[in-house]
Amino acid sequence: MSDLFWIFISAMLVNNFTLHLFLGLCPFMGVSARVETALRMGAANVFVMVITALSAWVLNTFVLTDAPYLRLISFIVVIASLVQIVEMAIKKLSPTLFRELGIFLPLITTNCAILGLAIFQTNRGYGFLEGMAFALGAGAGLTLALVLMASIRERSELSEVPALARGMGLVLIIAGSLSMAFMGFAGLLSQ
Amino acid sequence: MTDANPGATRPQVASWRLISTLAVAGALAGLAIVFVHQWSEPRIQAHRAAALREAIQEVLGGPTSYRTLWVADGRLTDVLPAGADSTEIDRVYVGDDASGAALGFAIEGERPGYQDVVGLIFGFDAGRGEVIGMKVLESKETPGLGDKIEKDSTFLAAFRGVGTPLLGVKPGAGRGEPGEVDMITGATISSRTVIDIINERLEVLLPLIEAYAAAPTDGDGP
Amino acid sequence: MTSAGPPNAAASSAGEPLLPVIETTPGHDLLRGVWRENPVLVQLLGLCPALAVTNTVANSLAMGLATFFVLLGSSVLVSSLKRLIPAEVRIAAYILIIATFVTIADMVLAALVPATHKALGAFIALIVVNCMILGRQEAFASKRPVGRAILDAVGTGVGFLIAMVMMGSIRELLGNGSWLGVPVFGQSFEPWIIMILPPGGFFTLGFILLGFGWWEGRKQKRRPGRRPWPHSVVERPEGRVA
Repeated sequence: MSDLFWIFISAMLVNNFTLHLFLGLCPFMGVSARVETALRMGAANVFVMVITALSAWVLNTFVLTDAPYLRLISFIVVIASLVQIVEMAIKKLSPTLFRELGIFLPLITTNCAILGLAIFQTNRGYGFLEGMAFALGAGAGLTLALVLMASIRERSELSEVPALARGMGLVLIIAGSLSMAFMGFAGLLSQ
Repeated sequence: MTDANPGATRPQVASWRLISTLAVAGALAGLAIVFVHQWSEPRIQAHRAAALREAIQEVLGGPTSYRTLWVADGRLTDVLPAGADSTEIDRVYVGDDASGAALGFAIEGERPGYQDVVGLIFGFDAGRGEVIGMKVLESKETPGLGDKIEKDSTFLAAFRGVGTPLLGVKPGAGRGEPGEVDMITGATISSRTVIDIINERLEVLLPLIEAYAAAPTDGDGP
Repeated sequence: MTSAGPPNAAASSAGEPLLPVIETTPGHDLLRGVWRENPVLVQLLGLCPALAVTNTVANSLAMGLATFFVLLGSSVLVSSLKRLIPAEVRIAAYILIIATFVTIADMVLAALVPATHKALGAFIALIVVNCMILGRQEAFASKRPVGRAILDAVGTGVGFLIAMVMMGSIRELLGNGSWLGVPVFGQSFEPWIIMILPPGGFFTLGFILLGFGWWEGRKQKRRPGRRPWPHSVVERPEGRVA
């Protein structure tokens, strides 16, 4: 139990996917201008991450035991097609949910955070429950980073920023400061 | 997806062709990977074995050879138990000197540290009940502070001949007890992690090691 | 990805003359990716490796070279197979090709330079999802002859390598006082440890972009009508571009 909790908190705060491991930077830079969009993007990410952790676990445990060198290819193919199928299913079953999350799904299927989750989970030899805790933690961490970033960007839009800094340079420096703040979480669970 | 492929010369493609294209591509990709895998795998295994041998050399003070002992049914055995997965099962390594006498046991262990999991290997002399060497194998501790557990020569020297269980103390605050190790200023959590890993592993393995050291010729057991 | 919007459209709304769409020459194909359209510094693609593994020059070099190999191999293959790959499944086929090259690069690095392989860790496998590589296949290699695809891949790969080594040099010099492991500043230098930690990655790239924006802005003032720096000057409100 405490192990699962450690995995969750480590993935969410101490080794935050975006701010510590630089995974999922595309959505972080692209979809972090509005808090509401950021929240939905985060939710879609949690969703895809859980699917990913599940399929990576199934592949590792039942399919790839004899051919670990085919891992990368199978991960990509399986994750991409599974998300596609789930996307179609959601479209049919719940148009409302699809409107909320759907447009983000194609964007994140082959995102580094998703593949990174599968690879880290494999490298660390996580089992089913550990994989789930890891996926939820990573997703929650990504959402947290996105929302924090979006809140800061919404505010900085209203302030007098030199024209020079109105681009990605400023976004990166804000991200750096956030990353520095997240360093404070290190050591949280080592007792 | 706003692809401007010359649509004039491209009629609707049959779905069997789509599937067969991907199948052929997949098969060729798999073939290429298997081919490179055949070449690289022995080299990767050799690197891994060399790294392990070097680590054991370092923490046991240069044994001439080492053997792997598996932990099964609450004891140490030379033979991998039938049906056990050699990557999953717990093990210790025993290093022998030129005359075949055991120099000590090398034990791996890991635990969450300050930033992420810290993994290490340490040497243990069962006769004297002392830790005789420690090497960090894996750590992402803060450069310049926590990573001193890998590099700080005073800290590493403290593990060459220290009684167990270990006891982390502030530098200079020791009272001369046998298991004292000076922790690193600015890397308290990382150094305590190292000490905790060793204590935790010994707590589990010490009875097994003592039993094995008392009767090492453990073939099929009584 | 949405951040890297088309600079021309934004420029025209700010009263800039549109650059004409150029039918490229071989020289342009080769040089474009190296600097003017550098994948990392201008197009902001492939940020994940550019920030994650640039804490030392050695890691940056290894990552840059591995990416170069994957990009070149995939471009050659995609370009030579473009008639065989039906448009409907082209993305899947590209990803398959890229993933094959990445797996090969991963195994070869593990066999030849195990220490570097360990330092780069999962980020080698993550070359697969580097948008830069897939982007070059979709935008260029799948539509051009093999020769041009090679030039484009070499240019883009070199541009990526330059950006990686630039980031790695700044971070290692400031964060460790050394370059490629060789001490540069001597004993008295107190390293800025933050630079080799994750925030240092964000800060380094952020300040590089600000610096380039400032530099381009100055050029812009001196020579009005020049194509502006895509990510800093372009987003000025209307009427403020000189």
